[in-house]
Amino acid sequence: MNSSPPSSDVQLSAAELEEQLDELLEAAFTPGRRTNAIAKKLAAHPAEVQRFVLHWCAVTAQTHSQVAYLFARHVLEALETMDRPDVQKWLLHAMDLYDRQGLYPAIAVLKAPKDFAGAGVDHAQGVYLEEITGVLELFLRGLSGRAMKLEPADPPHTDTSTLFLPSRLGRFPAKDDNFRLYKALAVHQWAQTHFGTFFPDLAAELRAYPDPDKARKLYHLLETLRLDAVLARHYPGLAREILSLRGEALPAEFQDAAAELEAPGAGPKQSLEWMENLLAQPLPPPWPYMGELLPERAEAERQQRLRRDKAALQAALAHMQPGAKPASFSLRRENSANEVAADFVLLADGRPVVLDDEVKGLLHSIDLDLGDIPPDYLTPAGGGGYAPAGNPKEKEMAPPEGGYAYNEWDHQRRHYRKNWCTLRELPSGLGDAGYAAEVLGRYGGQVGQIRRVFEALRGEEKLLRAQKNGDDVDLDAAIAARTDLRCGREMTDRVFTRQERLERNIAVLFMVDMSGSTRGWINDAERESLLLMCEGLEKLGDRYAIYGFSGMTRIRCEIFPIKTFAEPYGPEVQRRIAGIEPKDYTRMGAAIRHLTAKLKEVDARTRLLVTLSDGKPDDFNDPYRGVYGIEDTRMALIEAKRAGIHPFCITIDQEARDYLPHMYGAVNYTIVSEVRQLPIKVANIYRKLTT
Amino acid sequence: MEGHALPPEEHFITVEPYYEPTGDEIAVFEAAYRNRLPVLLKGPTGCGKTRFMEHMAWRLKRPLITVSCHDDLTASDLVGRYLITADQTVWVDGPLARAVRAGGICYLDEVVEARKDTTVVIHPLADDRRMLPMEKLGLELEASPEFMLAISYNPGYQSVLKELKQSTRQRFVALEFDYPAAPLEQKIVVKETGLDEARAAQLVKLAAMTRNLKGSGLDEGASTRLLVHAGKLMMDGIPPAAACRGAIARALTDEPEMLAAVDELIATIF
Repeated sequence: MNSSPPSSDVQLSAAELEEQLDELLEAAFTPGRRTNAIAKKLAAHPAEVQRFVLHWCAVTAQTHSQVAYLFARHVLEALETMDRPDVQKWLLHAMDLYDRQGLYPAIAVLKAPKDFAGAGVDHAQGVYLEEITGVLELFLRGLSGRAMKLEPADPPHTDTSTLFLPSRLGRFPAKDDNFRLYKALAVHQWAQTHFGTFFPDLAAELRAYPDPDKARKLYHLLETLRLDAVLARHYPGLAREILSLRGEALPAEFQDAAAELEAPGAGPKQSLEWMENLLAQPLPPPWPYMGELLPERAEAERQQRLRRDKAALQAALAHMQPGAKPASFSLRRENSANEVAADFVLLADGRPVVLDDEVKGLLHSIDLDLGDIPPDYLTPAGGGGYAPAGNPKEKEMAPPEGGYAYNEWDHQRRHYRKNWCTLRELPSGLGDAGYAAEVLGRYGGQVGQIRRVFEALRGEEKLLRAQKNGDDVDLDAAIAARTDLRCGREMTDRVFTRQERLERNIAVLFMVDMSGSTRGWINDAERESLLLMCEGLEKLGDRYAIYGFSGMTRIRCEIFPIKTFAEPYGPEVQRRIAGIEPKDYTRMGAAIRHLTAKLKEVDARTRLLVTLSDGKPDDFNDPYRGVYGIEDTRMALIEAKRAGIHPFCITIDQEARDYLPHMYGAVNYTIVSEVRQLPIKVANIYRKLTT
Repeated sequence: MEGHALPPEEHFITVEPYYEPTGDEIAVFEAAYRNRLPVLLKGPTGCGKTRFMEHMAWRLKRPLITVSCHDDLTASDLVGRYLITADQTVWVDGPLARAVRAGGICYLDEVVEARKDTTVVIHPLADDRRMLPMEKLGLELEASPEFMLAISYNPGYQSVLKELKQSTRQRFVALEFDYPAAPLEQKIVVKETGLDEARAAQLVKLAAMTRNLKGSGLDEGASTRLLVHAGKLMMDGIPPAAACRGAIARALTDEPEMLAAVDELIATIF
């Protein structure tokens, strides 16, 4: 275990520090990385600080050594202005940026620790978005019934798909108040999208005024009055909190507007009218929870959504043409009882066709954005053929040598595409030999706990004595009971023995997402989860195997055996786990079919297929992205269930969760929202799943 | 176990238990009873399955014998066993045998929790044989015509070992239960707690919010039973937010993050 930070309290010398840093940061192999100066400065600090720096260097280096190097270079500067928990937050903020946006934004943050420290008035009481994203996401999901995406950005605003919040708030001296402000900002934006602030022509209407900026701000203020009143009617407690954040009261000229907009039944058009009336008045200062109203951003997002929807609708129509010839489509709007969601009947050459949920959803989404479906949206995509561009002769393609061929489900055809995917088993890469020891050391206490918990689950064949009922008489107990009775004492009725059968007969296969999107924390979390699981499963005695999957396009699906059922857990497996790295895409169907076949060969009463993944099925430049992939994956899972296998999915998907129940069934998945909790969670989920 | 071994005739329910039907479940249950078919109740915890059974037992004027199944419950716990007394062994009927003899309704609550050997006694009782094999006595007990078997099962559990086998479930008439629709749930809360309409509506709204979180960290949303608990606390003078935190948030989860989120949701309403 060379790469771990020292655990003693001894202050290290510059030379010792340099040696450790060199190893952690791979300085010898990377030109331009000099640890000499860093080590010299660090040597002057107490052992505690040295340990802190080395520890976080080690953690960061696992994700990216350049990020770790920059951290080492700037950490001492950061420690001058921030205390250690804040320095940690600074680093984690940079790491999250790296995961989300790539190397350069992360470097920018690491190079300027002073900016980060200066971002708030009082950083001891400031609240970071990362700290509260989990709670806030759950809160919004509870409030609105659907998942809302949260992203850091300044100023706070929404584009109707995502809520953008500042990455840090330090406006108030108390932490609770800063959190309350976060909540108010988020709820205010959600209310804008939910109660109609962004109606279709808003951006154009506001642009028409001589001072569009003032018009926009005034409209925003008036809408805030209206939305707060709506919230007060539905969520009195929430509205109280929001109102307490309001700054100055509005001038007298605004009272009439407030009275009308706060009455039930008021809409955004009334706000627009009052905005015209009040445009001559000076603009009152905004309240802190309002953020910005950016109709242009909302409009851009709407346009993008429309483009996506239009293309998807046209592609779907191309597949729905009844004959070989291009058909002409038209729509009839059915007047249903509720005016919000009109029902559509789609006619192909005058005859109604059956709509699947995808097309229905698209029609509604377009109808919501535009108020109608223009005829050009109903032109099927060119060609009307099946083959996506670039694969002209795919039907004849035979599986290349050495691969397994698997069918794929085409939900629009309602048929399998025969031998469509070619899958190969490739040897997996070997990682650092010290990695496993380092991780297990870091999770020390928890590893012990997992081992103990799993050990307790282990059922063994044993003879239970002194039972109330059983197959045979427990002679010892019976004699003791008789003796008791003769002596006038109360006798026990526990005089039987019972054979307790070995209850656990479980084989589990872990299917690990190795797609490119897992780069960063998620990949780290997956590897750590697997190591912890192995430790637990070794104690438990359940048979298990681990396979990674990735691939690009249907002819290059790849499976990487990490541990087969037959192979014992050892240093070799540990190195393969350490070597799990992000590769290409997620074509899940073929992988599930291949691993289902593997599991079927195992003789066990209960067979489990656990998927560790970070999102929905996806493939490169391919219809696999979207509904097609979800439907194929779903079909592969149904096949697995038919074969007597229980599929279960553990996902770190932060956003669209709506497809999971459809794919896995209502109870066969779980979402871990915080990546860093994954390793502990996976063991707990497995325990719950199998007891 | 001894608690269940009360004479079955003491289990007659004389006062109508309050139950609000959400569909045609009463008619279906009565038809199943007339035709001697066993019934399977499916649904999340606290949505009224047990109350429904009490109501039906009252309606059909049969004694109700409820057995809460647990993972140590064996077939002999249901059928009966020999007890050793002073100088002899005495046979004591288990709750299922008592119900079979007396023509009662035997309700096995959360049947998947019981040991697998209980299927041996459930299967012959649940099909047209209507027999209870009593292995230790070497006889088979024929069920009296009034006897009925009902079991309950929560399909929301995420355990691969606790699924009801096809061979078992296909013997039963299944009734699906879920949380009642908002207006009905509000009515139930009012009726059960005496709370006013407005505050009952707030509780129902909170329940809907927690049910949105199912699958995102909560195994189940707040059940109607939890709403009734919170309502009772409120009627007793506990401030609404404190009542909900105690009776709902903390009853649902131990996870600090989830607790914080549910507490925030409570704060939006009260």
